[in-house]
Amino acid sequence: MIYYSKTHEYARVEGNTAYIGISDYAQKALGNVVYVDMPEQGDDVAAGEEFGAVESVKAASDLFSPVSGAVVNINEALIDNPRLINEDAMTNWIIEVDMTDLSELDGLMDEEAYANFCSAEKH
Amino acid sequence: MENIKETCLHSRHLALGAQMTPFGGFDMPIQYSGIVEEHEAVRNACGVFDVSHMGEVNISGNDAEKYVNHIFTNDVTGLPTGKILYGMMCNPEGGVVDDLLVYKRGDNNFFLVINAANIDKDMAWIMEHSDGYNVEIIPLSDELSQLAVQGPESEAVMEQVLGITCADLQFYTFREATLDGNHILVSRTGYTGEDGFEIYADNATIRNMWDTLIESGRALPCGLGCRDTLRFEVGLPLYGDELSETISPLEAGLGIFVKLDKPEFIGREALAAQKADGVKRKLVGLEMADKAIPRHGYEVVTDDGIVVGTVTTGYRGISVDKSIAAALVETPYAEKGNNLNIRIRRKTFPATVTAKKFYKKSYKK
Repeated sequence: MIYYSKTHEYARVEGNTAYIGISDYAQKALGNVVYVDMPEQGDDVAAGEEFGAVESVKAASDLFSPVSGAVVNINEALIDNPRLINEDAMTNWIIEVDMTDLSELDGLMDEEAYANFCSAEKH
Repeated sequence: MENIKETCLHSRHLALGAQMTPFGGFDMPIQYSGIVEEHEAVRNACGVFDVSHMGEVNISGNDAEKYVNHIFTNDVTGLPTGKILYGMMCNPEGGVVDDLLVYKRGDNNFFLVINAANIDKDMAWIMEHSDGYNVEIIPLSDELSQLAVQGPESEAVMEQVLGITCADLQFYTFREATLDGNHILVSRTGYTGEDGFEIYADNATIRNMWDTLIESGRALPCGLGCRDTLRFEVGLPLYGDELSETISPLEAGLGIFVKLDKPEFIGREALAAQKADGVKRKLVGLEMADKAIPRHGYEVVTDDGIVVGTVTTGYRGISVDKSIAAALVETPYAEKGNNLNIRIRRKTFPATVTAKKFYKKSYKK
């Protein structure tokens, strides 16, 4: 199950684990991603709070975690190859989080709600 | 957003699927196919930019040369017709009202090209300081549009696709001509560090030229995104970043465009004093070993954490595969090779002071 935030991050949830990345819509809006500023393994992230940044050629965009928990992994492939996010944002998650509060998912959007949210934002 | 303006090519940008953003009061294309691809096209082949947002004003009359010299830091005295000078309009404190190009069209007849964001301010400034000078000031920003054709193949594209003879035009010179009955002005100038041309004409003529260029496939449509990465890599300043009302041309390292030996111009006393005393801060380049990216406004700090400067522009370079920045740094710390740090979000990253040109210009001289 994939959940989305209004700040265009997704959480792909498997049990208590959430793989967090940016949506395809966000990737397209950013353009060429040249750097991903990630937290370290073991850091805590909190729902709605900044945990890093994705940088395109143009600008830095802060990343906000859709859920709270501990970072159990970062996607190390992005260190040398940040463009993976442009190639496939949904597969190339940024951090893997061990969630502490599954009820936070209720405040997020599903695929359909997010698609509507994006098309409203475009107009 | 108050009355955002559109250039005469606006609908074409939308049709090409450009990502649009407000810049200088206009809704402008940031990118079409992508900043990196567009940047590479200009470095290696040819790109075309809609730069119709730029402002233009004509100044003529018996005192035109004297008047332009009064408001402009460079020296137009005896400038041959067909030549262009870069320079600034400064305030009495030596800060920059705007940076601009001055085209000499004839005796006492000049064409000034100013920044979009400053059009209203500049027009007011130009009018306000013309008292006592016999000049006619004609704003042209609304009726003129502008294309920039840039890159090593631009001469061939201009001649073969647009039918504009320009091989004989030297860098920073221009010619006025009639093309299919329309008056155009073509200069060998640009803002990319590559060979290239800028064309000024009425809206209909510019639309036709744009369509011809795009249909030919010989010039890639390029947005303001890569215009910024291109100009930054070769150390060209952007008003609002490297220049402002509180940054002097001497601090920005543009002293060669400030002719202090002229008898008079606005800001001369302040700039002469600054030169005699030495500037307190300097624009430098900073090169980082890490991949983190410095951005406008980030702090430059010493190893002890003392803030000694501010990043004016920063990027992950495209032609230069490094994280690089231009920064205004206090003079004692501005020496090349000096080690400083840039604060990026929660961390600081080491950076070395370098020249502010990161990539060699390839102008046709």
